[in-house]
Parts: sequence; structure tokens; C-alpha cells
Amino acid sequence: MRINCPLCGARDLREFSYLGDARLADRPAADASAQDWQDYVYLRDNPAGPHAELWQHAQGCRAWLRVRRNTVTHEILSVERTR
Amino acid sequence: MGYSGFKVFLEGLRGNTGWKPVWRDPAPKAHYDVIIIGGGGHGLTTAYYLAKNHGITNVAVLERGYLGGGNVGRNTTIVRANYLLPGNSEFYSHSLKLWEGMEQELNYNTMMSQRGILNLAHSDGQMDAFARRGNQMRLQGDDAVLLDAQGVRDHASFLNFDSQRFPIRGGLLHGRGGTARHDAVAWGYARGADQFGVDLIQNCEVTGFKIEAGVVKGVETTRGSISAGKVGMAVAGRTSQVAAMAGLRLPVESHALQAFVSEGLKPVVPGVVTFGMGHFYVSQSDKGGLVFGGDLDFYNSYAARGNMPAMEHVMEAGMAMMPMLGNAKLLRGWGGIMDMSMDGSPIIDRTPVQNLYLNGGWCYGGFKATPASGWCYAHLLATDQPHPVASRFTLNRFETGQLLDEEGTGPRPNRH
Ligand SMILES: Cc1cc2nc3c(=O)[nH]c(=O)nc-3n(C[C@H](O)[C@H](O)[C@H](O)COP(=O)(O)OP(=O)(O)OC[C@H]3O[C@@H](n4cnc5c(N)ncnc54)[C@H](O)[C@@H]3O)c2cc1C
Ligand SMILES: [Zn+2]
Repeated sequence: MRINCPLCGARDLREFSYLGDARLADRPAADASAQDWQDYVYLRDNPAGPHAELWQHAQGCRAWLRVRRNTVTHEILSVERTR
Repeated sequence: MGYSGFKVFLEGLRGNTGWKPVWRDPAPKAHYDVIIIGGGGHGLTTAYYLAKNHGITNVAVLERGYLGGGNVGRNTTIVRANYLLPGNSEFYSHSLKLWEGMEQELNYNTMMSQRGILNLAHSDGQMDAFARRGNQMRLQGDDAVLLDAQGVRDHASFLNFDSQRFPIRGGLLHGRGGTARHDAVAWGYARGADQFGVDLIQNCEVTGFKIEAGVVKGVETTRGSISAGKVGMAVAGRTSQVAAMAGLRLPVESHALQAFVSEGLKPVVPGVVTFGMGHFYVSQSDKGGLVFGGDLDFYNSYAARGNMPAMEHVMEAGMAMMPMLGNAKLLRGWGGIMDMSMDGSPIIDRTPVQNLYLNGGWCYGGFKATPASGWCYAHLLATDQPHPVASRFTLNRFETGQLLDEEGTGPRPNRH
């Protein structure tokens, strides 16, 4: 697998570290309900197919990336920087 | 059909022409009291114990592929009861006892081989942690011996004792742990369940649930719709997918785990040896192949194969622990999809849909759980009450905070 970092170009998988579902970037407000926090921390869609997820180019520019990847074929569909 | 040494001998003389299929190939009936989704280890043991322990025999196991084609036939076959936390400890202890009686129970050779599991320690902190874990195992009634470096040398002299990074200080030896023949476990329970009248239905994928007013009434499958009193999911890596068809969102991610086997060699590795600091473990199969593996591939995956970096890491860690590994040729590698839960422990529980039950979240360690998982899931399905040794495997523990996080790594499924 190679991920096309918008800053560094196509780089080997070994340079990246994985966080998980891209929804982890959308933290609930501090006063959100317990149910919202439980959803955020513990529950996942876990789809077989396209999956939006967070990767960090840890051994490169250290940018956080939002990657769409097919979890069945491992094909990378799109890569963009998070903000 | 019973098995005996005499029968094997006789069939040897007759060119093995007298063996018959050991289970039926029935068409699905219109209704069952209980439907189990998934013909892996856990689905098959559940059906077996529903019949054996609870007298419920109008049962079907629906398998989308062939029996035992999932993780039960892809794992590295390690069986152990060396857990620390109450909740896990009594469950795996119960499981190991079932393993010890399995061959007699099933009249089937599952090649259970209790040659011991040695976990290596490299620091004072790790020795302390192993002493604590060992005490916990003994309190649970299982066995553990804390070895010093000489003890490890006596057990496995081929290890790299003087590694610069991870010199071996000692280890924890769990003598009753070991390995079993994974396929035989699936086949043995399949045969046992079939003999009780359970219908094992292959090439039958569940594609939906029939749910009326919050109560499950049956399933839709590629072989037609089937009604049921109760439905139990036991689909391992596909847990989120199948549960989603019932509108459930679970604390589970699916990840790929790889394993490897070398060419056949003369006996060199005593039992199982694990090198936790390097993420590597090894045992030797009865055919002589070194069977080994390491960590997950780390990202969500439904591909039953892995990528090169994880493979490379396993080989490096293996070379660091036992340099002689470099003399062996790698024969093949494969992967399976792990249902990684958010705290690394499994779920055996009811669901918000009435009469629909969940067995999943087994992570990379569900093979050793196979008999107890079925035992406890059957108990839950039959009585609607959790079995005492599985009472903490609840679905709502992520809400209430009673997590069973054995590794203490938090809600990061790829770190458990
Ligand atoms: C490489 C590797 C090494 C491992 N090593 C160990 C080890 O050393 N020790 C240990 O304890 N554990 C180990 N495990 C984990 C263990 O194999 C699993 O946790 C366990 O096998 C899961 O339970 P199961 O046997 O029921 O799963 P499976 O055998 O995967 O059964 C689930 C079944 O459900 C079926 N299914 C899925 N969806 C549907 C549907 N919609 N309709 C019908 N059927 C469906 C699948 O086809 C499958 O056959 C390892 C796993 C892997 C991949
Ligand atoms: Zn970059």
C-alpha cells in the first residue's frame, strides 16, 4: 500500500501511522450527552468497502490525513489534509 | 460412526474406501427453534452444547461458505488460560478444562497437545508483571511457573539470551497451555452436533433479519427465508456487518492478522514461545512446520490477507528472538479478519432486538475460547441468563465503564 500524501507525494505504508475512523476528528462538545460520547469513543460503522479514516504521515511531514480507502481491496480512493 | 484404532487399521488395509461423510447435507427447514449464524468454531460449539446441555435440537447452523473455512481454520491454534482480569480469568479457565476433555467428549482426535507456553520477560518490570499474572492464574486454579534466565535456558536453549535491546531475564511458563488441530476442532463439533440432529447448512449466507416490533422472527438467506424462535450471531470478523442488518452499531473494528509457516523441520521448539516485546510468537506443528505470527496489520481490513510491512516486522522480530529461524525457509503466509473489540475482550450477550443474541469481539484470541464460548452462548440462548463464567462479557459495558481491558491500551482496537 502507498498513500499519496498531498505534501510529500506517494509514500510507502511504513511511513504512516493509523488512528481509525475519520469521525474521530469530530469530537463531541464537552457538554454533549453521555450517549454522544459513548458513540464517539466506542461505536464504529466498520464498513466492508469505502471507509473514511485518519492517518498521520508520522515518518514524513507529520500531517494528519483524511484517507478514503476500500477495506476489502485496500485501494486508496482519495487523500486530503485534515484541518 | 465411531472412531477407533482398529477402524483406522482396517481402513488402511482396504485403501480407505469405507469412510462415509460424517455429517448430513440437509436443505434448510422452514422453521427452527434456534438459528446460529456462522459455522466457525463458536457457532458449531454453540449448536453442540444447545443439544447436549440443554436438549434443544431443532437447531440450524447457517454458514455462508463451508464449515470451518473462517478463522477457526486460519489461526495459530494456541490454547491457554493465562488471563489476569476477573471476568476473563474464570472464562478461559473453564475453557481449558473443556479442551482437556474434548477428545473423549467428541470421540475425535483434536490433537490437543499441552506442551506449555512460555512468555519471555526482559526487564524487572516485566518480571514483576509476570509474577502478578502467574499468581492470578494460580488463584484461579490454573498453573504458572516463574522462570529465571537459567530456567528459560533449560527450556529453550536456542533463544537469543544476550540481545542488546531485549536480553532475556526470565519468563512465565504455563504448562497446561499448548496447541490443538484447528480444523479437527471444527469437524469434531460439527460431527457431534449433526449426531444430535442439528442441521448444518453450508453455502447459506444470511442477508437480512425479519424483525417485527423489536422482536426477531427469523432470517433471510441466499437459500430462502427461515423463521426462528431465537437467532444467535457467531460470525467473528463479520460481526459488525451482520449486526448492522439488524440496525445495530457495535464497539468492534475488523482488522487483518497474518500468520506464517516454515518448511517441515525436526522437533526444535518446545511448545509455544512468545516474545511480547517484539510482537512475535512461535510453535511447531506436528508436521514439523514452525508456525508463527505477530501483530495485526493495524488498519481496518476485510481482506483475508495482509500487507508486506507486518510480514517484514514478524520476520525481524522472529530473527531477534530465535536467530536460527533464518535458516528455515518460509513456506506460506495467510491472513484472517479479526473482530477487534474496543477493550480487547469478547461479547456474549443479548442485544436490543429481542431474541437476537450476539457472540463476537474475539479479537485474535478466540480459538482457545471455542468450547467455552459455545458452552456459555448455548446457556444464554437456552435460559436467557448469562452463564456465570461469561457474565462480564456484556454489550453495555462500554456504556457503564465495566471494561475488560487486559492490555490497558484504551479504546484502540488495533493496540489490544
Ligand atoms: C492468523 C490468525 C491467528 C490466530 N491465532 C490464534 C491463536 O493462536 N489462539 C487463539 O485463541 N485464537 C487465535 N486466532 C483467533 C481465532 O481464530 C478467532 O478468534 C476465532 O476462530 C473466531 O471464532 P470462529 O471460529 O467462530 O470464527 P470463524 O471460523 O471465522 O467463523 C465465523 C463464520 O461465520 C461465517 N459468516 C460470516 N458472515 C455470515 C453470514 N452473513 N451468513 C452466514 N455465515 C456467515 C463465516 O463464513 C465464518 O465461517 C487467530 C486468528 C488468525 C486469523
Ligand atoms: Zn507527508
